[in-house]
Amino acid sequence: MKVSVIVMPKQSVLDPQGVAVRNALKDVGLQSVENVRVGKLLELEFAAPLDKQRLDEICRELLSNPVIEDYTIQYPSAPKT
Amino acid sequence: MKIAVVQFPGSNCDQDCLRALLGVGPIRAEYLWHKETSVSSFDAVVLPGGFSYGDYLRCGAIARFSPIMKAIVAAAADGMPVIGICNGFQILCEAGLLPGALIRNQCLHFICQPVWLRTEATDTPFTTKLDKNRLLRMPVAHGEGSYFADSQTLDALESQNRVVFRYTNASGETTPESNPNGSLAHIAGICNEKRNVLGMMPHPDRAWDRRLGSEDGKLLFESLVANLELAAVR
Repeated sequence: MKVSVIVMPKQSVLDPQGVAVRNALKDVGLQSVENVRVGKLLELEFAAPLDKQRLDEICRELLSNPVIEDYTIQYPSAPKT
Repeated sequence: MKIAVVQFPGSNCDQDCLRALLGVGPIRAEYLWHKETSVSSFDAVVLPGGFSYGDYLRCGAIARFSPIMKAIVAAAADGMPVIGICNGFQILCEAGLLPGALIRNQCLHFICQPVWLRTEATDTPFTTKLDKNRLLRMPVAHGEGSYFADSQTLDALESQNRVVFRYTNASGETTPESNPNGSLAHIAGICNEKRNVLGMMPHPDRAWDRRLGSEDGKLLFESLVANLELAAVR
C-alpha cells in the first residue's frame, strides 16, 4: 500500500522559498500568480497492515515539525467493487 | 572535568569546538559518537555545527533521534549544561529541549559573515563571564537560521529573560539591517527554563583566538569551564 504524506509550511510561517518561486513565475510570464507555498510530498510504501494511529504520531514526531508545518496523510482510495 | 563534543554524521564544527574548549586551559574534552547511549562520564555537552544527516527532511530532524540524544535529554533535565551551536541549536529545537524552530533565512541564501551580538542574559552557565549588553563579534554560517516561534512562546521567552543573544549593529541597536536572517525579535540564542541549555546560531567556536578575527567566543567556553569548576568544588 502506498501512502502519501504532504507537509506544508503553516500559513503563519513566512515561506521565503514560496516567495522566490512566485517571483520567478512572474518573471517567466505567469503574471496572475498571487501566492506560492512550497512543501514536501513523501511517498511511503507499506507491505504489512499499517497502524494508522502510529503513522499519525510519527508525522508529528519526525515527518513534520508542528511548530512550523502542517501535514496531511492521503491513503489510497478503496478499490471499486 | 570532562566535556563531550557530540559527533553526528555530517557534523563539521566538531574539531573547532574541541579546539575552542582545549584553548580555555587544562581541561578534558572528547568527541562522543552519536551512537553512544550515555553521557554519564561527562559534565557538559556541546552539540556542534554542521549538516547532520545532510539536513535531510529538516535541519536536525533526524539527528534528534540519534541514540545519544535520549541520554542528553535526560541529562539536561538533571541540569547538565548543554550548548548547541548552529546545527546543534537546530537539533535542540527539534528535540524539544528548546522551543521554536530555525527556518530558511529570509534572504534565501546561505550567510557566512561576522555579526554583532548583544548579550541579554548572563545567568546561564555559558554567559556568566559576560556583562549584560556586552557586544560580541563572531561569525554566522547557515542557510536555515531564522528563528521562529508562535507569539505565546515569544512572550514566554521575553518575560522569562530567556533570549540570551540578539543580533544588533556595532552600536548594539536592533536595526533591520543588523538582523541577518529574519529571526523574530532579532533572536540569535535562547535558553531553556532551567537555563542550563543554550542554543545559538552564531559560532563562538570560530571566534576564540585573535587569529580568527575575534576572541569573544572564548568567553562562553571560559564561563562554562569556570562554572563546572565551581560545581566540582561544591
